[in-house]
Amino acid sequence: MMLDTLKALLAVYGPTGQESSVAECIKGLLAGHADSMRTDVMGNLIVEKKGRPGGKTLMFSAHMDHIGLIVTDIEDEGFLRVTKVGGVSVDSMRCRHVVFGSGVHGVAACQPAKGETAGLQHLFVDIGAQNRAEAETMVQLGDACVFAPDLIPLGQHRFASPAMDDRCACALLAQLLIETENPQNTIVGVFSVQEEVGLRGAATAAYQVAPDWGVALDVTAWGDTPEVKLPAVKLGEGAAIKYLDNSMVATPCVRDALAAAAEKAGVPWQREVLPFGGTDGGAIQHSRGGVPTGAVSIPCRYVHSACETIDMRDMDSALAILKTFVNEAL
Amino acid sequence: MDLKTLCDLNGASGDERAVRRALIDAAKPLCDSVRIDKMGNVIAFKKGKTGGRHLLFSAHMDEIGFIVTGATEDGLLQFRPIGGVDPRVAVSKYVLVGEKQLKGVIGALAIHLQSAEDRKKVLGFDSLYIDIGAASKDEALADCPLGSYVYYDSVFEPFGDGCAVGKALDDRVGCYNLLRILKGTYGADVTCAFVVQEEVGTRGAMGAGFAAQADTAIVLEGTTAGDMGDVKKTSRVCEPGLGVAVSFMDNSSIADRALYKELLALAREKQIPCQVKRAATGGNDAGAYQRSKGGVRTCVLSVPCRYIHGPSSVIRLSDVEAQYFLAKAYAEEAK
Repeated sequence: MMLDTLKALLAVYGPTGQESSVAECIKGLLAGHADSMRTDVMGNLIVEKKGRPGGKTLMFSAHMDHIGLIVTDIEDEGFLRVTKVGGVSVDSMRCRHVVFGSGVHGVAACQPAKGETAGLQHLFVDIGAQNRAEAETMVQLGDACVFAPDLIPLGQHRFASPAMDDRCACALLAQLLIETENPQNTIVGVFSVQEEVGLRGAATAAYQVAPDWGVALDVTAWGDTPEVKLPAVKLGEGAAIKYLDNSMVATPCVRDALAAAAEKAGVPWQREVLPFGGTDGGAIQHSRGGVPTGAVSIPCRYVHSACETIDMRDMDSALAILKTFVNEAL
Repeated sequence: MDLKTLCDLNGASGDERAVRRALIDAAKPLCDSVRIDKMGNVIAFKKGKTGGRHLLFSAHMDEIGFIVTGATEDGLLQFRPIGGVDPRVAVSKYVLVGEKQLKGVIGALAIHLQSAEDRKKVLGFDSLYIDIGAASKDEALADCPLGSYVYYDSVFEPFGDGCAVGKALDDRVGCYNLLRILKGTYGADVTCAFVVQEEVGTRGAMGAGFAAQADTAIVLEGTTAGDMGDVKKTSRVCEPGLGVAVSFMDNSSIADRALYKELLALAREKQIPCQVKRAATGGNDAGAYQRSKGGVRTCVLSVPCRYIHGPSSVIRLSDVEAQYFLAKAYAEEAK
C-alpha cells in the first residue's frame, strides 16, 4: 500500500551525503520485486526490473536525501554551530526539533540581536550539553541533523511531514516497482543521493545506467495558498507533468508520452511550468551524449520546511500514469 | 624538488607550462609512466605491487594571477584577475608581466589626490592599472600584448617559528607532496595527477577519464585559515600548526563518509597532527572527480593557509608534513 510505504520512508534518517539508511529501507521494501539491486560508489541505489524485448530502458530517479544542518564547530558552552546542507532557510529552522543519525535530539535555535536579520551565523543547535566536553561525547564535527521525523494527517487526503521532499517520490517509485509485473519497457529505478546540493547522485547514476529515456520523480512547488499563486499547480488536482524548470526543458517526446499515459489511465493531471528549481532530470538529460528526459511531480506545499504537505490523490494519479507509461510502446 | 622552487615558479590557470615542465622532470624517475593529457594535466602512474585498488592523489598546478586586457594612451596596462583575487590586496604590489617578466607595479591614485569619499571606496579592477614604466600604449603593448600573464613578484621564504611565506602555496604544497608520494612503494596502483585550471572552476580535473580509473580520489589542497584578529573562534575554519585539515564537506563535494572517517582514524592511529576543517565553504577538484563518469569516492586534505590568494600567504611547515604523512599512510594501508 502506498501509504504504508510512504510512512516507512518518512521515518528514516537520511540527510544529503548520508543516505544509506534510506537505501537499506528501500531494499527491504523491494526484496523479491526486482531483477537486480545494487548500491554504487556515490550511494545511489539502482534497482532494475527487466522489460520485454524491443522495449526501451527507462531510468526513473527519486532522491533519498533530505536537507539538513551539519556541525562545523562546538562552542565552549556546548552549543553546536552549523551550516546548511542543501536549501535550508534559517526561518524554517527556528526552534525546530532536530535529530542526528546517532539518535541524539536537539533544538535548532536562532537568536539574532535586536534589529538584525536572522542569518546562518545566528543559528545553533542545543543538544542539552552543559559544555563542550559533554557535547563532544554526543556529536562530532561533520555530523548532520535533520528535522525530526513526523507525519501529520490534514483533512481527508493530505499529510504534512518534514521529509516529503523527496520520500513521497521514493514511495511512488517503490510502488511502481512492486506493482509492475513483466513491463513492456525495462524500469531502472534510481533512488539517488545528493540531489539537494546539485543533482550529484543522479549524474553518476545516469552515466552508469545509460538509459534511453529518463524521468525524474520529485515534488514541485505549489500555487494554491493565500500569498502564493505561482506556479499554477494545485494540491489534489493530479500529478504534475513538467514542462520546464531551471534545470531542464522537458524533452517533448517524453513529456507528451507521459501526458498520453495520463489520458489513457483516465486520471487527473496538471501541467507544471516552474520558473525556478530543478530536479534529477537536469542531470539525466545532460548525461553522456544527452538523454530525452521528463519529470512527474507531486505538488507539495511548504517545500523545505518541517511541514511539507502533499495530497495522496496526487500520489495515486502519479502511480497510475507511471504504470501505464512503462507498458506503452515508446 | 623543494617547496621553494615550486612556489617561485609562475603558473596561473592556463599558463602552467613552467610548473608542468618542472614536475614532469621530477616525476619521471619516480614512477612507471608520465603523460600529459589534452588539457595539460600531468598524470603520473605507479603500478602497485599487488594491484587491486587504484588510488588517485591530486593537486593543482595553477595559481591565481592576472591577465593583460589593454592599455591606456599613456602606457598603463589594463588587466583582469584570473581566479579569486581581492583587489584590495593587489594595490601597490610589484608584479612581473609577460614573457619577458617585466617588472611592474599595480598602481592607484595617491592618497593626496583622493577625495574624502574616494578613500572610503574599494578600488575595483576597473580602476587599477599596471605601470611598467612605458611611455605610450604602443610601447606598453609591444612588450606586454593582450593576453600576457601577470604574477605577483614574490618569493618563498621560511620565516618565524617553522612558518613560510610566499605566493602560490595554494596549491604547490599539494604538488610538492604528490612528488613525495611518488617516491614510496605501495600495494595499490597509484596515480598522481597534477592538474590545470582549478582556480577558474576545477576545469582540469573535469578531464574525467583518469579519475574514473581510480576507486578513490584524495585531493591535496591549500585552504583558507581564519585564525587572525578578532575572527570568532567558531569562524576560523582551520588554523596553521594544528595539522592537516580534513574536510567533511564543501561547496563542491561531500566527502565519502567512510573515507572521511577512515582518514581521521588513520591520523589518530599514526599520531599525525590533524584537524577537521570547520566550515563547508569553498570548492576544489574533488567535486569534479566525485562526479566523473560513474562516480569516485573522494576526500580533501588541506594545508591551512593564511592570506590565501595573495602574494604573501603564510603556512606552517609542520602542516605540510602532516598532509604528506596522512596521504602516504593511506596509500600504504590501501589493500
